[in-house]
Amino acid sequence: MNGAQVEFRGLRRAFGTTVALDGLDLTVAPGELIALLGPSGCGKTTALRCVAGFETPDAGAVLVGGEDITRVPANRRDAGMVFQSYSLFPNLNARDNVAFGMRVRKVPAAKRHARAAELLELVGLPSQGGRYPHQLSGGQQQRVALARALALEPSVLLLDEPLSALDAKVRVTLREEIRRLQLSLGITTIFVTHDQEEALSVADHVAVLKDGRLEQVGTPAEVYDRPATPFVAEFVGTMNHLPGRLDGDQVEVIGQRLPVHGEVPAGPDVDVLVRPETVLVTAAHDGDAEVVTASFRGASVRLRLRLADGTEVLADLPGHDATRLGPGGRAFLRLVRRPVLVAPRATAPAKVPAAGV
Amino acid sequence: MAETSPAAPAAPRPGDRARAGGGGRRSLGWTAALPLLLFVGLAFGVPALALLAGAFTSEGAPSTANLTRSLQGAYLTALIGSVKLSALVAVVGAVLGTFLAQAVVTSPLRRLRDGVLTASGVLANFGGVPLAFAWIATLGNSGVLTTRLGLDAYGWSLYSFWGLALVYLYFSVPLMVLVVVPALDGLRPQWREAAQNNGATTWQFWRHVGIPVLTPALLGGVVLLFGGAFAAYATAAAMVGTVVPLVTLQIADALTGNVLIGYENVALALSFDMVVVAGLVMAIHLPLQRRSARWLR
Repeated sequence: MNGAQVEFRGLRRAFGTTVALDGLDLTVAPGELIALLGPSGCGKTTALRCVAGFETPDAGAVLVGGEDITRVPANRRDAGMVFQSYSLFPNLNARDNVAFGMRVRKVPAAKRHARAAELLELVGLPSQGGRYPHQLSGGQQQRVALARALALEPSVLLLDEPLSALDAKVRVTLREEIRRLQLSLGITTIFVTHDQEEALSVADHVAVLKDGRLEQVGTPAEVYDRPATPFVAEFVGTMNHLPGRLDGDQVEVIGQRLPVHGEVPAGPDVDVLVRPETVLVTAAHDGDAEVVTASFRGASVRLRLRLADGTEVLADLPGHDATRLGPGGRAFLRLVRRPVLVAPRATAPAKVPAAGV
Repeated sequence: MAETSPAAPAAPRPGDRARAGGGGRRSLGWTAALPLLLFVGLAFGVPALALLAGAFTSEGAPSTANLTRSLQGAYLTALIGSVKLSALVAVVGAVLGTFLAQAVVTSPLRRLRDGVLTASGVLANFGGVPLAFAWIATLGNSGVLTTRLGLDAYGWSLYSFWGLALVYLYFSVPLMVLVVVPALDGLRPQWREAAQNNGATTWQFWRHVGIPVLTPALLGGVVLLFGGAFAAYATAAAMVGTVVPLVTLQIADALTGNVLIGYENVALALSFDMVVVAGLVMAIHLPLQRRSARWLR
């Protein structure tokens, strides 16, 4: 199997008055796994369905391997798709589900059964071929769906939130297996998800979408560390909004001056976006911040601290560093010196996201 | 006419007794079903026994003479006529009903769907003399449409096998719509998309997935339609009298002594024939049903 390049060119699609895709431009390199990430309604699924042929864009084009496939019927496209859930044919057992595409292509029974067995082995279900979908767990069903999507050796693999209906543990195992399989087959894969952790952990590149447009595309590390826009910063990972004051190309925030990167809003009063792990906390009896809550997460602890002016700050620190910082404890806060994003000051008083996020 | 049977009481699951009793203590839960059992015994059991006893009694002695007579001459013709009519109505009604239901289910117009379902609920229960009258007034020998369109010039007659089939379809198609709409609603759009994604054409999707998934519901619908048409009496009696030989009409004639007197027990034997036909239909239906639904177990 060889991956093909996938290109979205100025893709537009509206459903009534709702604009799902508003001129999406994106290129997926051959053999890479790209995650389309965004909140519901951002157009990520519509983009994927345009590649599968289930949606026809109002304008723009989809190119696979340099060929414009925008008007090619869905059943003649070279892309295998895994749906969110319940997409296996209920009247066929796992083997026949996998072999379905070969059956409609009139591949001889012996050959297609051998291939189906091979694929079921590939997805870790060598002995479940005779089972019907309702006899399989959710995770097993998605593995069969994956095998079915790969059966015709497509040049593109499309994953439409394939893990969202599974429980947490299966989700993590399966996403790692999908990645392993994708790497070994070298198939170009588009993975639609609203789960930023999922996107960051498996993708070569993450494309963040908002309102049908591309906000940023980059490696997981780029998107996380250098979000191009406040929206990306907000959507990927957790962010503190701390009140700050612009001064040239620097910003003053909780007594520190940090360089600003990205767009700079007009007014001097801004929100400075700071990741919890870049907040350094030092326990001290005379510290100016008070610990409000501390939630233990195994390897790390997330503290919610309140400054003298009432601003609340989230900070992540290694578990063993936080033993002396229970609720009521006092500490000094410092920010890691690196360029920060700033956003126009929110009208509501600065708030931090819920500690659980 | 095409009345729906009350749902059978849920079969007790294996664990029920253990949960209720623990040891060997008998559960008294079944006593709640006593009124129903009593009703079934009186309304179904007693008549069935009376039917059996009567069918096998001739001139006061046990005999198979009634049964023999019920399978000869005009009686046999009537029985075969009923089976033919019912089979035709069942198959044609099932096909038309399924297509109508599919058209409504896939329509983007929500109101059309609601309208058709409501109309089907009403029409499926339209029967008896009122139904016959509606058709006679519209398409009978001097019906409004017959005279307006001069249908008699084309050899049209409502009072025939085909006319009766048309009238039976009038309540059978809506009944099929009611039976099959939930099954069509259960066909997930992902299945069709997954089939397309695997290179299947629309026809291949229906052949390999859609129709097999629907088959249990379709078979059930065919049997229901067959039963409804087989047992129908009043519409046929009001419309065709004895022009079209039907077993229900023969039973009525024999019971009321319309033609000859002293044939009451032949009527019971004919009823017994009907029970056997219904039993045969079920004997064909059940294995098919089991086979088509094996992926559900």
